[in-house]
Amino acid sequence: MAKVTIDGIEVEVADGTTILNAARQIGGEVVPPAMCYYSSLKDTGGKCRVCLVKVTQGSAKDPRPMPKLVASCRTPVMDGMVVQNITSPEVLEARKGVVEFLLLNHPLDCPVCDQAGECDLQNLSYEHGVGKTRYEEDRRTFEKIDIGDKIKLHMTRCILCYRCTFVADQLTQERVHGVLNRGDASEISTYIEKAVDNDFSGNMIDVCPVGALTDKTFRFKSRVWFTKPLDAHRDCDKCCGKVVLWTKGDDVLRVSARKDQYNEVKEYICNECRYDHKDMKDWTIEGPRHIDRHSVISQNHYEKIDMQKLKLDIDRQLTFQKGKQLPETTNP
Amino acid sequence: MLTNRSKLVVNKKMTFAEKIYLPALLSGVAITIRHLFRKGATVRYPETKRPIAEIWRGQHVLKRDDKGAERCTACGLCAVACPAEAITMTAAERKKGEENLYREEKYAAKYEINMLRCIFCGLCEEACPKEAIFLTDRIVSTDYGRGEFIYGKDKLVEKVDERIDVTKRQTQNVLEFKQQKRLSHNK
Repeated sequence: MAKVTIDGIEVEVADGTTILNAARQIGGEVVPPAMCYYSSLKDTGGKCRVCLVKVTQGSAKDPRPMPKLVASCRTPVMDGMVVQNITSPEVLEARKGVVEFLLLNHPLDCPVCDQAGECDLQNLSYEHGVGKTRYEEDRRTFEKIDIGDKIKLHMTRCILCYRCTFVADQLTQERVHGVLNRGDASEISTYIEKAVDNDFSGNMIDVCPVGALTDKTFRFKSRVWFTKPLDAHRDCDKCCGKVVLWTKGDDVLRVSARKDQYNEVKEYICNECRYDHKDMKDWTIEGPRHIDRHSVISQNHYEKIDMQKLKLDIDRQLTFQKGKQLPETTNP
Repeated sequence: MLTNRSKLVVNKKMTFAEKIYLPALLSGVAITIRHLFRKGATVRYPETKRPIAEIWRGQHVLKRDDKGAERCTACGLCAVACPAEAITMTAAERKKGEENLYREEKYAAKYEINMLRCIFCGLCEEACPKEAIFLTDRIVSTDYGRGEFIYGKDKLVEKVDERIDVTKRQTQNVLEFKQQKRLSHNK
């Protein structure tokens, strides 16, 4: 077990846990954002640099600070480590720079993009980005590609997080797509545009943090904040069968896997559940999906409040507020 | 008595002048005649119109760009900003060969504003990222049924040869935004 202090809050975690996961055990505002790390996919992380944190004390044995900001998703904790995330202006400044880099080539097509409203990059740039870009060159452009008949790839929107290739590697039998070329010219592609066609390929849509991989069956159907998300399940022999139905009236517009508070899927669903059962009758409806009240999707969305969860949230917020005052008192 | 508003009824005997009613009647007629020669409080709409503010918020217009393509991309921000929930839309994908009709790859196949719901607050115009919707100085005309007040694209989109001037409603921020030529949709 290792004791770490993140933004003044102490937490005890198992050896080998990364700083990011230690912060997630605390929860709340101290959790660094992550665009490429995905808890249910092995070896993800370290690519987007959004989760940078400052280590002010390496460990109890060697209390020197780490010379540079480190990627929290890849750095394991040490006993006695002291980490600063949002309490360090340096980290916030660096994160702002990273967001600006991620947005360099990202097109300004949120009004057209189906991901708008549930996009990690949108949330990230809203919280950490600057309103204006300093980039004056032309943005890189790619043609739209159909990956199979169900997935549309907008390479212009891609931020090269590699999550989709990890899905292909770890969930499906044979990977037929990857990242071609290098640097500015790198792009996700299938060899000779070969269709990605296996039972779990649809999960690429869910893991994509931006709108680069979108569901073709949902393309331009509705803005996500006009739909009603419902938790539902069915008996499926291939997957867990637990999904979210995005409905409008009695129509099921889209089926997706359930994402947790960090927008990560823990239980993947198969393509049959995703594409072939767009009918309310096929599903057992559990009730409205929990939507964070800061999300635009929560507009006109009503759900039952989980009092226990609410109490946990409030308690966590109170501990966090107490922790925020700690550094001020120790360094006058 | 509790409210202190009750009045005592007095059965007072009227005088002779009061009994013949004529003085009261004449004073009433005098008031009427005096008003006949005053300037009226009303105007004869539609022949004469009252002056309105330059930035009057009246009937909406969906603008086209310089080449005549519709600017609206059905992003739904106006509908989500609308406090009266008057706006609904259905999006569709632009097909090849329709580039001169719609500016973006997605467009509003159906766009409806319920003018009975609309409170003309102008939030839709403020939310619009594509400078597509504007409120104009036109007044929404009257009609007989409720159904006629649901304005579709036929009434909202401006005609190619009959452009509607909205320069007075474009704020400084909007104009500055438009001058950023590096944003592809301004090119």
